[in-house]
Amino acid sequence: DCFKAFYVHKFRAMLGKNRLIFPGEKVLLAWSGGPSSSSMVWQVLEGLSQDSAKRLRFVPGVIFVDGITSSWVFPVALRSAIRENPLPKGRWPTPHNSARKHCRGFPQGEVAPCPALPGSVSPDSFCLRFSEGAAFGKSLEERSKTLAEVKPILQATGLPWHVVALEEVFSLPPSVLRCSAQEPAGSEGAYKAAVDSFLQQQHVLGAGGGPGPTQGKEQPPQPRLDPQSLARPPAAAQTEALSQLFCSVRTLTAKEELLQTLRTHLILHMARAHGYSKVMTGDSCTRLAIKLMTNLALGRGAFLAWDTGFSDERHGDVVVVRPMRDHTLKEVAFYNRLFSVPSVFTPAVDTKAPEKASIHRLMEAFILRLQTQFPSTVSTVYRTSEKLVKAPRDGPAASDSSPCCLLCMCALDVDAADSATAFGAQTSSRLSQMQSPTPLTETRTPLGPCCSPGVGRVQGCGQGACRREDPQACIEEQLCYSCRVNMKDLPSLDLLPPYMLAEAQLRTQRAWVLQEIQDCLIEDSDDEAGQS
Amino acid sequence: MPAPPCASCHASRAALRRPRSGQALCGACFCAAFEAEVLHTVLAGRLLPPGAVVAVGASGGKDSTVLAHVLRALTPRLGISLQLVAVDEGIGGYRDAALAAVRRQAARWELPLTVVAYEDLFGGWTMDAVARSTAGSGRSRSCCTFCGVLRRRALEEGARRVGATHIVTGHNADDMAETVLMNFLRGDAGRLARGGGLGSPGEGGALPRCRPLQFASQKEVVLYAHFRRLDYFSEECVYAPEAFRGHARDLLKRLEAARPSAVLDLVHSAERLALAPAARPPRPGACSRCGALASRALCQACALLDGLNRGRPRLAIGKGRRGW
Repeated sequence: DCFKAFYVHKFRAMLGKNRLIFPGEKVLLAWSGGPSSSSMVWQVLEGLSQDSAKRLRFVPGVIFVDGITSSWVFPVALRSAIRENPLPKGRWPTPHNSARKHCRGFPQGEVAPCPALPGSVSPDSFCLRFSEGAAFGKSLEERSKTLAEVKPILQATGLPWHVVALEEVFSLPPSVLRCSAQEPAGSEGAYKAAVDSFLQQQHVLGAGGGPGPTQGKEQPPQPRLDPQSLARPPAAAQTEALSQLFCSVRTLTAKEELLQTLRTHLILHMARAHGYSKVMTGDSCTRLAIKLMTNLALGRGAFLAWDTGFSDERHGDVVVVRPMRDHTLKEVAFYNRLFSVPSVFTPAVDTKAPEKASIHRLMEAFILRLQTQFPSTVSTVYRTSEKLVKAPRDGPAASDSSPCCLLCMCALDVDAADSATAFGAQTSSRLSQMQSPTPLTETRTPLGPCCSPGVGRVQGCGQGACRREDPQACIEEQLCYSCRVNMKDLPSLDLLPPYMLAEAQLRTQRAWVLQEIQDCLIEDSDDEAGQS
Repeated sequence: MPAPPCASCHASRAALRRPRSGQALCGACFCAAFEAEVLHTVLAGRLLPPGAVVAVGASGGKDSTVLAHVLRALTPRLGISLQLVAVDEGIGGYRDAALAAVRRQAARWELPLTVVAYEDLFGGWTMDAVARSTAGSGRSRSCCTFCGVLRRRALEEGARRVGATHIVTGHNADDMAETVLMNFLRGDAGRLARGGGLGSPGEGGALPRCRPLQFASQKEVVLYAHFRRLDYFSEECVYAPEAFRGHARDLLKRLEAARPSAVLDLVHSAERLALAPAARPPRPGACSRCGALASRALCQACALLDGLNRGRPRLAIGKGRRGW
């Protein structure tokens, strides 16, 4: 009891302290099937069902992110893993239809509350779920097995859900990669005012005898969740393209990063499509500490605050929130065990991978090992991460006009090539390697390698000729340091989903056009585009 | 099968492959490239202006040997003059052998050498004595904490004695990467905020310090020493296995195996860390006892020595009451 109270208190305190989620807001819960995100969903459901004073006031939806299986890499181990996996609930009988039909989602009428889970039926919530099994040649029957395990849990939450296959990345629009206009962050006063007005509304409606679960809000009647339109069975061509993409990546580290990126983009797209303004992910304290150290090693030191902080606003209109940030994995495991929280084990891309296979694995093993010797390691790293801020190092001046990375959408963190930094050291050696006969000049000669990887600014790639000569380098220029390093493991950037390539093309073109009309533009005097 | 030709001079056979880029180079070209990169670091960061008297912290190990050698080769380009400063911490069986190596180098290169000993500077405390004094506390000895702080004081003192204007040390990219990992694991936000740049510019009367080898990985330093046939002392300190840095070093080795560019990626991350203003160390003032640069009333060296002298060696380590 005390443990439960403590656990729930941590969750609510994390949400309450940060005051980011306004009442009545639509929030998407990203569920991967693993223990911490299952716990998060459970907490939300419980929170929705409490009496009105303490009830959670937002409108949740659930998105299930199916893990990747790496059947290409570890075929034998994984198949046995799936078979050995003990299911929390009984298996659903696999329908005779082919697995494709599974992906199409399920009729929305059945939102029957399951006795195992608390929670009133909240008609305005959505579930979304991914099925990435195709990425690695997972056979259709394995995919359907996982889907079958996941489906009852999702249905039992009482929240509408979607099934989206990872292949959908091939039909994403390039607008996913654009940061939408940011809403101004609500100040203290705004939050309080919103809560007050919400309570007032509820009062009024409650007096009129309105039903509880509607939460006193005007909502359009049950938005049709067209599973058909969202979750078309993935075309075989798309599946093939996805497999090709992932197989061509040379290292496991880059694979994981790529998967993470694609997943984020998909979640973002679905959130935007259905009007969600927040996404909640179930990263626990331990996972975040590992993620922080991993990102350090990947070169993302500039973005640690976004990657591991409570809120991540780099996408603009959709904010990613991490309410399980304070809970260690041990606590989550105990809680799940004590209160039988349902979860699904889906093997990830690095399940059963040897320790040296990727940076992620290495760091995880290291931190957990160090934790046994120095029990305060994880909490120390977590506390240090709280001291990180989101300002770029050279002040906030460049925030509006600075270009963002194509993939991770953070402000670019690379300088000019010949500066005395780690990046400068790498590029200068590479350049001297590439051009031994001619000395390196700063002037942009049309024949020279104008898209030299050293020039970090998009404006530098101003030559029209470069667009046709070296698309690879043009894309590289638009990436931050760590995305560049990841892309090095990808031999050919053409296998990337078309939306990325389209957006890269668009940005290059825009920069070129900007270059052309530079003289005619009137700008603020303190923000010169050519400033280095 | 015969080795491929050198990628840069195309004349002689390649003798090595650069770990960072995989390029095949012959010995002479590699050394030239290495020196060029160090020069680039110094010039681009404007670390050593012409006319500077540079005190090289020489320990006899590979990093400081390579550093002294490269800087000596670059003195005509940079217009600086070099002085070797060696610190004797009083670690028996280790430091004396290292000092012998330094003396040989100084003789061979004809550079003036100054040796500063802990015993003289710090009231008779040698590292062995410190180790004995902290040994009884039941936890790890944290000799390295003492040694690091005191050595920097000693280096500063030695540099002042020879009238130097800058101090250079031989920290390489691996050291920087290990430092940032270690600081994160220990939660040392103050050091995180301070480190990661190109060395300190020297505020409040302290001499400016820099690390010209900062972007050279350890492997390359060793390769350079091999090809130039430099004579250095290559054993590790007696107290090294107890240090926390060992964990970070171990991790770094594995990371490097998984991804060769991990070292420079870490250095890049360290440069770009953004810490909250509250976590940054306060503007440094002067120590009330010795007048050196300090961010609190007493500089760390004085605080540590105080603790030692009072018989409470862990006085200045950790957060005070709880220690570590």
